[in-house]
Amino acid sequence: MVPVNYYVALSAILFSIGALGVLIRRNPLIIFMSIELMLNAGNLAFVAFGRSYEIAGGQPFFSGQIFVFFVIAVAAAEVAVGLALIVEIFKTRKNINIDELNSLKG
Amino acid sequence: MHLSESVSTGFFFLAPWLVFAPLTGLLINLIFSKWFKFSENWVGAVASLASGAAFVVSVLLAYSVSLNHGEVVRWKLAEWIHVGTLNLDWTFRIDSLSTTMMLVVSGVGTLIHIYAIGYMHEDVRFKHEEGRFNRFFLFLNLFIAAMMILVSGDSYMMLFVGWEGVGLCSFLLIGFWFEMDTLARPSWANSNAAKKAFITNRVGDFGFLIAGFLMFWYLGSFQFDEVFKAAPEIAHSMPWVIVAITLFMLVGVAGKSAQIPLYIWLPDAMAGPTPVSALIHAATMVTAGVYLVTRSAPLYTLVPQAQYIVAMVGAGTALFAATIAVGQYDIKKVLAYSTISQLGFMVAAVGMGAYVAGMFHLITHAFFKALLFLSAGSVILGLERGHHAHAHHVAHDDHGKKKKEGKHALSKAEGRKEEEHGHGGGHDEHGEVFDPGDMRNMGGLRKTMPVTFWLYMIGTLALAGIFPFAGFWSKDEILLDASLHFTSVYWQLTIAAFFTAFYMGRQIWMVFFGEARTDAAKHAEESPKVMTVPLMVLAVLSVAGGALNLPFEGFHNLGHWLGHTLGEVEGLPLDMKVAGISTGLALLAILISWFLYGRNPLKTGEIDPLKKPLGPIFTGMEGKWFVDEGYFAVIINPFNKISQFLADVIDWRFWHDFVHDTVILGTYNWLSEIALNEYADQKGIDGFANWLGSATQSVSATLRKVQNGFVRSYALSVLLGVVLILGYLILK
Repeated sequence: MVPVNYYVALSAILFSIGALGVLIRRNPLIIFMSIELMLNAGNLAFVAFGRSYEIAGGQPFFSGQIFVFFVIAVAAAEVAVGLALIVEIFKTRKNINIDELNSLKG
Repeated sequence: MHLSESVSTGFFFLAPWLVFAPLTGLLINLIFSKWFKFSENWVGAVASLASGAAFVVSVLLAYSVSLNHGEVVRWKLAEWIHVGTLNLDWTFRIDSLSTTMMLVVSGVGTLIHIYAIGYMHEDVRFKHEEGRFNRFFLFLNLFIAAMMILVSGDSYMMLFVGWEGVGLCSFLLIGFWFEMDTLARPSWANSNAAKKAFITNRVGDFGFLIAGFLMFWYLGSFQFDEVFKAAPEIAHSMPWVIVAITLFMLVGVAGKSAQIPLYIWLPDAMAGPTPVSALIHAATMVTAGVYLVTRSAPLYTLVPQAQYIVAMVGAGTALFAATIAVGQYDIKKVLAYSTISQLGFMVAAVGMGAYVAGMFHLITHAFFKALLFLSAGSVILGLERGHHAHAHHVAHDDHGKKKKEGKHALSKAEGRKEEEHGHGGGHDEHGEVFDPGDMRNMGGLRKTMPVTFWLYMIGTLALAGIFPFAGFWSKDEILLDASLHFTSVYWQLTIAAFFTAFYMGRQIWMVFFGEARTDAAKHAEESPKVMTVPLMVLAVLSVAGGALNLPFEGFHNLGHWLGHTLGEVEGLPLDMKVAGISTGLALLAILISWFLYGRNPLKTGEIDPLKKPLGPIFTGMEGKWFVDEGYFAVIINPFNKISQFLADVIDWRFWHDFVHDTVILGTYNWLSEIALNEYADQKGIDGFANWLGSATQSVSATLRKVQNGFVRSYALSVLLGVVLILGYLILK
């Protein structure tokens, strides 16, 4: 059985790649993909910890796995909204460069 | 000394009704007369019955006292003041002295109530104020109630309540026509007269109160018996206390009973309607002082010095006022000064310790002076009727109309008609004010007003002290006592008696004899029965009143009766010398008055025949010896000056302008404008608020740079935040 450390390390690497992608890329589609990467890194960690603590106190314990379903559902909803926003932004500005979308500047 | 519980016989339980009966009448007239639209006769009847009920109660009480052989009965109605050592109850004192006063007050009072029905009926019409009829009887009943409290009180404080009550009624009734003068012209003269009476009495009341305080402080009580019991001991150890009490009491007496130096209010009090002059300012209220001294006899007897002063004040007043009466022209003013003079007789008598003589004169004087005043009221109204009737005739003649029955020009409609013709409101054809009380406007009234004439004659003879009228017996008793004890008082009173006969003779000749000096006098009309019948009763009493206390063995009825309260004194027999001198002088005075006024009656516009021979002396009498002017010069004007100074300089300039405007207002302005507004508010509070605002602005100006609108920088911040928190959690 692969030790849980490996899963966690992979998860951390995926999260870092995702975070880095969010910070350095200017295309919102790429940023969305990076966010998905970070979410799935979290999912991986949940699933890994959920699997290693499947039995807690003599009782079956599926919290990690269930949490992942929620994350996937929320991520799907988020992507739906996000993509709709991006489409609308593109319709109005003909441009989706994120560094030019600073009209909420204080 | 019996309290009510121990007495079973008699009608003593009725005692509270002395006060409640007139109060009931008052309340009925006050509350129901408007609702049920009482006619004037009803109002008068209710008031008279209320007063009559008090008279009946008085008679029953007097009867009960005689049943108990003159024993004092104290009927406690209610507890009154119980504070510390002061224990006062509302207790009626029923003894021979108080019942005597009750009989006089309610008896004469009832007759005057009845008379007033007729008098006020016309008076309110002459003054075009018919709505005031009811008010008059309210005041009259209130007066009877207050006077009953005064005479039936068992303590000096209860007496004082009545004393103030009658003073109030006196004020209200003098100022009954408060918005006019005695000739019904718009003026404050009547209300000034009322104020003068009230304020002068206040001076007297001050004396009474001081006497009361001293009494409580040194004798420990206000209750008559307790005071009299404690007095002899104090008189022995601290005689000045009793002297002070009695002399301060004398100040009160001088105020209420119009003695020197406080008599000045009584002549002005004639501004009140005539029944008031008769009831309050002749027969009853003004005798309260005499009653007070008589009631306090045990105190006065202890201090002969005070008695002497009282006697001298009384005698001086008797003589002084009698001289003024000689020079007066107003029929009521003559009687007013005569009243002062007669009150002087009474005060002199009680001052000499001749209490029975004083009370005797009080009673007979109540009869004949009420008779005289009421007859004078009849004369005045007769003249007023004549004046109006005549004015009415002339008015119609002027307009070429047929002469009408103008005799009863009294109804309001006719009064108005006269006003249209310019003859109303007491003005005669020449626009001058007609004075129906001026004796120079009278003359020859014996033909037009025969009943009033005979009644007036009886009153005059009684007042002048002609045998066998009531005044003869009572005045002679006083003179006799004076001749035995105080020679100077005796001579003063004798001379005063001479003047009395003279001014009354002068009045009779001027008013009733000779020829009418004005058209009003020519057309004067006799008064109705409702006025003359009570006068006839009073006339009978003035004739026969002397029988109360004849100076013969076995006839000293009043002396014996009052002896139950005042201690038995032996009645004096008739002294032919004293009686002869006074009667001789009275007859001589009447003869002189006939010589001056009767032989050659005064013509219209003629000056008084005394003026030439007496010169300045007559001017003095006419001007009331300028005592009022003296009071003005010595007291009132300086007082006004001081008041003006206090008002102008102290109050207005110093207090208002300087203290208020400069100091207080200035400080306030400085405080509000400089200290509070400029410093505390503008600089302090506003400054803090502004600083708060600008500080927020500058802080937010700095912070807004953080929000640069770049999503990625926000994400970086989030990431850094997470890293920081996680780093802290991991490394801690």
